[in-house]
Amino acid sequence: MSSLSRDDVAHLAGLARIELSDAELDRMVGELGVILESVAKVQQAPTEGVAPMSHPMPLTNVTRPDVVRPSLTAEEALSGAPESEQQRFAVPRILTED
Amino acid sequence: MNPDLTRATAAELADALAQGTVSSVEVTQAHLDRIAAVDGQVHSYLHVDGEGALAAARAVDERRAAGESLGVLAGVPIAVKDVMTTKGLPTTCGSRILEGWIPPYDATVVRHLREAGMPILGKTNMDEFAMGSSTEHSAYGPSRNPWDLDRIPGGSGGGSSSVLASFQAPLATGTDTGGSIRQPAAVTATVGTKPTYGGVSRYGLVALASSLDQAGPCGRTVLDTALLHAVMGGHDPLDSTSIDAPVPAVVEAARRADVKGLKIGIVKELGGEGYQPGVRARFEESVQLLVDLGAEVVEVSCPNFDYALAAYYLILPSEASSNLAKFDAMRYGLRVAPEGVDAPSAEQVMAATRDAGFGPEVKRRIILGTYALSSGYYDAYYGSAQKVRALIAQDFARAFEQVDVLVSPTAPTTAFKLGDKLDDPMAMYLNDIATIPANLAGVPGMSLPSGLADEDGLPAGIQILAPAMQDERLYTVGAALEGALIDRWGGHLLDRVPELTATSEPKGA
Repeated sequence: MSSLSRDDVAHLAGLARIELSDAELDRMVGELGVILESVAKVQQAPTEGVAPMSHPMPLTNVTRPDVVRPSLTAEEALSGAPESEQQRFAVPRILTED
Repeated sequence: MNPDLTRATAAELADALAQGTVSSVEVTQAHLDRIAAVDGQVHSYLHVDGEGALAAARAVDERRAAGESLGVLAGVPIAVKDVMTTKGLPTTCGSRILEGWIPPYDATVVRHLREAGMPILGKTNMDEFAMGSSTEHSAYGPSRNPWDLDRIPGGSGGGSSSVLASFQAPLATGTDTGGSIRQPAAVTATVGTKPTYGGVSRYGLVALASSLDQAGPCGRTVLDTALLHAVMGGHDPLDSTSIDAPVPAVVEAARRADVKGLKIGIVKELGGEGYQPGVRARFEESVQLLVDLGAEVVEVSCPNFDYALAAYYLILPSEASSNLAKFDAMRYGLRVAPEGVDAPSAEQVMAATRDAGFGPEVKRRIILGTYALSSGYYDAYYGSAQKVRALIAQDFARAFEQVDVLVSPTAPTTAFKLGDKLDDPMAMYLNDIATIPANLAGVPGMSLPSGLADEDGLPAGIQILAPAMQDERLYTVGAALEGALIDRWGGHLLDRVPELTATSEPKGA
């Protein structure tokens, strides 16, 4: 049973793209430790030879004919955008300068 | 019918509307007046759409006057949980990250409501992204339990449950990922059903955990809940997990209300230690009533249910961490620039926005899910949880070989005080201990009131579970029990909910 360090939580928050403050990190380390200890109970269940279940219903691929159907207009699709330009989502820079 | 339109059942309103003794505008206005009078105290609604509701009511009155044939619930107003997209109406999921977002499309459920001629009164409060059992994780402040305004109305659908228990709408929608319809129903003396997974379309529901999420109906009686179930359900090509079969005959089942010869199983693992004495006492009385009505009751064991909570709190955060990645500050919702950074990158904006826009419980679960899915820990956590999920489905399958339905208390306790469990995530999670197994296996479940607990005078609920696609069994058992309980009580339990005085000041959140 592994426990999470403060650095681990900071790393996970980075992977999840959440900029946690120091106070949030301090608090979360303790809370996650308690939760993890509790959910580790799954490792005690009699799971040997059991096939994992990812979904409640037996599903096969669902397809539809490849035909054009009504959809949102560009204006509707952009209606909630924090910023838009030339009928496109405007985003902050995605590359590092120089 | 009660002359106060807000006290009438949806079925009574539907009849009166069909007979022309009341108009939809009158019914809708009565509910808007009630909202104006009491929602300052209860805080069930995040957004009220008086104008839109009255316009829809006028339209349905005109169609009726023109002799059009309308659906059963045409003209009956409804409250919609804020997790369902509503074209032209704000949809926040109780989160700052979606504050002010107005979706450009309707969820399929919402489209069904509109097509059925049901005026939408407004959007109901919820724990942020449906993560919680109390509405205390709403970024807009908690809703309150009409039975005691210092207590929780359940969660995540506490807005919908408190709307019903304070007579601010005759019907409401809910979503249930681990109990978010059933537990709020239990603590407010209302009724709620989580249909079979796939029974109601998920299109336009902001996803929490896609393999667990299921929308369903909330009402004050079993029949009302069935009427709404029939409107909400049905196959939807826009949701590839939607069941391609007719909606089970839930309304007919609720009217049949017969348990003679039915085999009912008490789940041994969902009761006993950890369950409040008053909750257990009301449950045992309800079981005895079912026996008196002609059902055969046996005890069944589902041994792997003991692992359900642990499996759920790995599967849910894992799926949620993936689903909530879409809140990236790029296409809709909040965008926040990090402090003290010139020309920040998209990644920095994303991280700053998600810190500012998500509340503590959402962050906790996203990070827990990120961990459970990370390489090196995947087999120990997420992999094991998926195997436990299979064991739980097998427990259900074995139980349903012996009995027609299963029963248990819905929640281990009555409503607790606001603030009591806010600092202890595991204590909060335990509220869903009896409701979670149904979501893991995809089977349908209902909660209805079983009475008031002796020790605190607050409502308790009984849960009924049925095999997948057999949702109608919930309604025939639920309606039979409800009838017997109302006979015993001499009226509906909600007749005893304390009066909210329109004049008293709202309590601070």
